[in-house]
Amino acid sequence: MDFLVVFERELLTFRRRFWRYFFAGMVNPLLLLTAFGWGLGRGIELEGVSYLNYVVPGIIALSTMNASFTSVGVALNISRRYTKTFENYLVAPVEAHSIVLGKVLGGVLRGLLSAAIIVVLSRLYGAEVSLSAKALATILATAFLFASLGMLVGMLIWSHEDMNTFNALFITPMMFLSGTFFSLEMVPGWVAALIKLLPLTHASLCLRAAMLGREFPIASFAVLLAFGIAFFLASIIAVRRSSQ
Amino acid sequence: MIRLEALTKYYGEIRAVHSLTFSVARGEVFGLLGPNGAGKTTTIRMLTTLTKPTSGRAWVAGYDVVEEPLEVKRRIGIAPQHLNLDGELTARENLEFHGRLYHMPRSERRRRIEELLAFVGLEERADDLVEKFSGGMKRRLLIARALMHSPEVLFLDEPTVGLDPATRRKIWDLIRSLRGEGVTVLMTTHYIEEAEQLCDRVGIIDRGELIALDSPSQLKRRLGSFTVEVYHSGRVERRFFPTREEALEYGAEHARCDACDFSVRETNLEDVFIELTGRRIE
Ligand SMILES: Nc1ncnc2c1ncn2[C@@H]1O[C@H](COP(=O)(O)OP(=O)(O)O)[C@@H](O)[C@H]1O
Ligand SMILES: [Mg+2]
Repeated sequence: MDFLVVFERELLTFRRRFWRYFFAGMVNPLLLLTAFGWGLGRGIELEGVSYLNYVVPGIIALSTMNASFTSVGVALNISRRYTKTFENYLVAPVEAHSIVLGKVLGGVLRGLLSAAIIVVLSRLYGAEVSLSAKALATILATAFLFASLGMLVGMLIWSHEDMNTFNALFITPMMFLSGTFFSLEMVPGWVAALIKLLPLTHASLCLRAAMLGREFPIASFAVLLAFGIAFFLASIIAVRRSSQ
Repeated sequence: MIRLEALTKYYGEIRAVHSLTFSVARGEVFGLLGPNGAGKTTTIRMLTTLTKPTSGRAWVAGYDVVEEPLEVKRRIGIAPQHLNLDGELTARENLEFHGRLYHMPRSERRRRIEELLAFVGLEERADDLVEKFSGGMKRRLLIARALMHSPEVLFLDEPTVGLDPATRRKIWDLIRSLRGEGVTVLMTTHYIEEAEQLCDRVGIIDRGELIALDSPSQLKRRLGSFTVEVYHSGRVERRFFPTREEALEYGAEHARCDACDFSVRETNLEDVFIELTGRRIE
């Protein structure tokens, strides 16, 4: 149960900084909801629903991604490079998987908070989306996936600049491409195929289906889980290999 | 308790540690003395399983550091050179989480935390965030944290680097009082006086190689316990003698010119280092 110690350490920061995270977590969703839900989206319909209803699941997916990925990745980068507190875990009699699990759970928690904020905000904007068990499972899987990716990237990347580069090359494009703001039916088939390689796409697809009461794309959910497990296992290997 | 056999570490072309061989006995306070970049931290990182040796082997508390890292980790405490305390936590929380990582039962954690906070004189600051601590306070807490789980072997990497003399003395007292507890200590330093004051035996390390190893007094005795420095108009000549008398005699004989002078003092480890390497330690 060593992972619980690692997780509780994260939990302590989460509790102490809750309001900071809370208000900081509101800014982006507010901007996105205003710009795409209200501004651009007024009067538009997509796939048979109002654009606001269409876009909210996508915004939840991308915010969960951002919160989970950044909270784990950036904190890990700092604790490895600057404060060197990560070393305390490496010299303690704790297995790599416990360290990874504890950190990833911390990131999942941040993703959940971020998703919860948007669910509440989007209601205020008049969105009619429901939070089913499938939606919750998708949010959890998305948070797990991107917290694990944050762990992996945080272990592999040393300089803060490379961290920004990774964001610019992968995370930001994913935000805009992954069927968050537009329907995959609107782009040529080969583009849609490429976009389906991105894990966030599957999070959007699952979440939109779950929240709008459509048929749940179980294959996409499996892709999410597979990505998550792969990143998680790769992080464990990266932690094991970190003594060089 | 600690054994190194031809322990070697290369970072690419850089030779950080070259073929170190020595042992540290149970209860001994052993010092690695050497200038910056000598390979002290790299040696400690290999012994504490953080860095993989390029070649050679090492055992800590009977376990191979590469083959059985978990067994080694259970038995060691580390106060690294950089102050890697968790600044977002209080002093007490730092110790509490540390104790939990080492599976200490709650009652024992509580007792040990009080004991250690008193030991390092931080009772009054126990519930303050560590990021507000001074360097000396952090250093003391770092040692307390390393001792939290009552390790058999304690590694202290430059335990007083960057501290003012008064704080340094406090840390020295702490290290001295560990002696009674039977814990084996391997410390590194580039302060001559620190090695002389605290260590039973000192290994002098330079450019990754061990160039001398003995008790401070033996190291000095081998060179000559007394040093005479003869000043010839800006040039200093150093000679070593087993007795003060011989040193005085040599000085009197060789400082004859008007501008010449000489002085006699006890030999220190810096003399040993200079004699062995032709350079000063800092
Ligand atoms: N991670 C690393 N990568 C490359 N070179 C390193 C690394 N760590 C240490 N070195 C080099 O190894 C040598 C020994 O360093 P170190 O063990 O830190 O010395 P000390 O602790 O005695 O000051 C130095 O030349 C240093 O630059
Ligand atoms: Mg060092």
